[in-house]
Amino acid sequence: MSLTPAVPLDVDPLLDDPETRIMVCCGAGGVGKTTTAAALGLRAAERGRKVVVLTIDPARRLAQSMGIDSLDNTPRRVKDVDGPGELHAMMLDMKRTFDEIVEAHADAERSRAILENPFYQSLSAGFAGTQEYMAMEKLGQLRSREEWDLIVVDTPPSRSALDFLDAPKNLGSFLDGKFIRVLMAPAKVGGRAGMKFLNVGMSMMTGTLGKLLGGQFLRDVQTFVAAMDTMFGGFRTRADATYQLLQAPGTAFLVVAAPERDALREAAYFVERLAAEKMPLAGLVLNRVHGSGAAQLSAERALAAAENLDERRIVDQDAGKVGVQNSPETPSGSPEPEPAHSVDGTNSADGTDGTDTVDAHAQHLTTGLLRLHAERMQLLAREQRTRDRFTALHPEVAVTEVAALPGDVHDLAGLRDIGDRLAAGGTRPTGAA
Amino acid sequence: MSRLQVVSGKGGTGKTTVAAALALALATEGKRALLVEVEGRQGIAQLFETEALPYEERKVAVAPGGGEVYALAIDVELALLDYLQMFYRLGGAGRALRKIGAIDFATTIAPGVRDVLLTGKVCEAVRRKDKQGRFAYDYVVMDAPPTGRITRFLNVNDEVAGLAKIGPIHNQAQAVMRVLKSPETAVHLVTLLEEMPVQETVDGMAELKAAGLPAGRVLVNMVRPAVLDAPVPTDVRRQDIAKALSRAGLGGARKGGRAEQLVEPLLAQAADYEERVALERRQRAELAELGLPVHELELLAEGIDLAGLFRLAAELRKQGL
Repeated sequence: MSLTPAVPLDVDPLLDDPETRIMVCCGAGGVGKTTTAAALGLRAAERGRKVVVLTIDPARRLAQSMGIDSLDNTPRRVKDVDGPGELHAMMLDMKRTFDEIVEAHADAERSRAILENPFYQSLSAGFAGTQEYMAMEKLGQLRSREEWDLIVVDTPPSRSALDFLDAPKNLGSFLDGKFIRVLMAPAKVGGRAGMKFLNVGMSMMTGTLGKLLGGQFLRDVQTFVAAMDTMFGGFRTRADATYQLLQAPGTAFLVVAAPERDALREAAYFVERLAAEKMPLAGLVLNRVHGSGAAQLSAERALAAAENLDERRIVDQDAGKVGVQNSPETPSGSPEPEPAHSVDGTNSADGTDGTDTVDAHAQHLTTGLLRLHAERMQLLAREQRTRDRFTALHPEVAVTEVAALPGDVHDLAGLRDIGDRLAAGGTRPTGAA
Repeated sequence: MSRLQVVSGKGGTGKTTVAAALALALATEGKRALLVEVEGRQGIAQLFETEALPYEERKVAVAPGGGEVYALAIDVELALLDYLQMFYRLGGAGRALRKIGAIDFATTIAPGVRDVLLTGKVCEAVRRKDKQGRFAYDYVVMDAPPTGRITRFLNVNDEVAGLAKIGPIHNQAQAVMRVLKSPETAVHLVTLLEEMPVQETVDGMAELKAAGLPAGRVLVNMVRPAVLDAPVPTDVRRQDIAKALSRAGLGGARKGGRAEQLVEPLLAQAADYEERVALERRQRAELAELGLPVHELELLAEGIDLAGLFRLAAELRKQGL
């Protein structure tokens, strides 16, 4: 029923391809990114790969759906996975990840000095950027260990889709930047020839910062920076390496969205951004798409039919009976003869004759069913319009549709079901469910 | 009614829409409401169908009854430069600071500074008075960061006052907290009747209370209207429905007839619907346990436009918000 069929995204070959080593799920908040990541991980594992899912979302339900009480910074094996593969899951603990980097790159005494520094403590506990940066760091670590066939990541719930790609650069450029050197040793920078003017600016600036933030804070920052000095190059190098890793052919980005205006607008934005950054986009996962088994009946006809039934019911009730004569406007397009309604109007409301009359309750129920169907068909049409808009803008993007579930996912069976839908949604003609 | 209304919610629940509707609802009878965006998304401009908002308070709508809604999208860098200008008369040094990365550092890297600036600006608007000593705005509505980050965002003083133990930032953080923890403020969470957003709302309200922040109301958004007034009886006879469909002019009721073919798909949709309704009932019960006022806003099926926004505002007003 789609007017502009999108290129189908076939998930299974992507999951099976040994060349696929990293899958990144990104998109707006609340579109089912984390669940999609988990479902993809499970499916890949059950198709024989050794998979780790790195999630950023601390949703307990997701952990529980994989039979793990709570996820932490170490991959935990998920039990009851069918087939030859393995599924492991972990949740990013940004403070722990940061601590590990410090411990790995500084001797015991220095790392203790860093870990106890108040500035470090709030830096690592999380504010704008750290989470995104540490997600990248963790991804780099997991990849370099060569322990996994496939790493599936979901991205942090950022302010906007851009943060995920920007944050590592931001933090990297801060840690490597001029500013940190100024904080560390203003005199050194100012001492260089031709930097006199800058020197004045610098001392004024550190003075201002001192006033603004308080001297203690600035001292904390300076101590932190001094202690971290040797590690800065490493941050930058690793941030760059991870960034390149994301651009490499072994990575597949999946943009996750729901068929709603805002989510798809953000998805379109992300598609453009990924292209600008030369990141390999595998396609769009469109979650929560609705379908109908009775799509041949349009919303308009369903509503008209419901009204028709309602009117008759009122007439019937007024006349004290149900199942009276055919009204002349009843369409006769049906090849079958209409069920014989009593013409003499003698049947009572309880339908003693059963076959001739339409039960009042069934009739009332049927109007409800028809209205429900009309609502569903209107929803379908809206979803189709927003989808068509996206496809018109980005006809090159492969799409898989995941049929909506009435409830949430609670267990592996639920994730498996989503996985099946993910795999089926790209191969089938679009629009159906 | 608190003068500072903070609106948060899980991503995808429509918190910006609800915040905008709330501002419209509060701007009754000549009142002035300021709607503030802190995350640089320009969601307010989109909602009110205006061009992108600059860092400047601007009238975006006139509410029914003559009230006015102003909007402000806070730009953190500009807020910091403003602030430095105000306290230090930095002049050109501000540009030098930016060049060297200090502004970047302060607004993106330095812990909490960003949040202090954002909440600071909002609290300034709450306290601002005109020459006659009247409040510049009767209400300030903040479209705040999502539930997962809201307590941390509002609770900046723990972070910053602890780090910067003296100095203007310290004082600023303290002043902000005095407003935020007073009855002048109410923090509302927007949710949907789905498991994860409800869970986050329950957790979020507990976190707010633990941090001494004033938990306000639960705003349930996108509530779908009831379509079936009673559950489908388990012993419903397919043939009866087929007959009713046929009677409505949808084809033959006999096996294989066009009306008959509709029966199973329609019943399947009804089963989906009932499963959803049961789930929604459980979510409502969970929200009720919070013991906070709960308001429901209907789903606007055609998406949110200006007319829809006014409808939601009218609905909020009707519910006494």
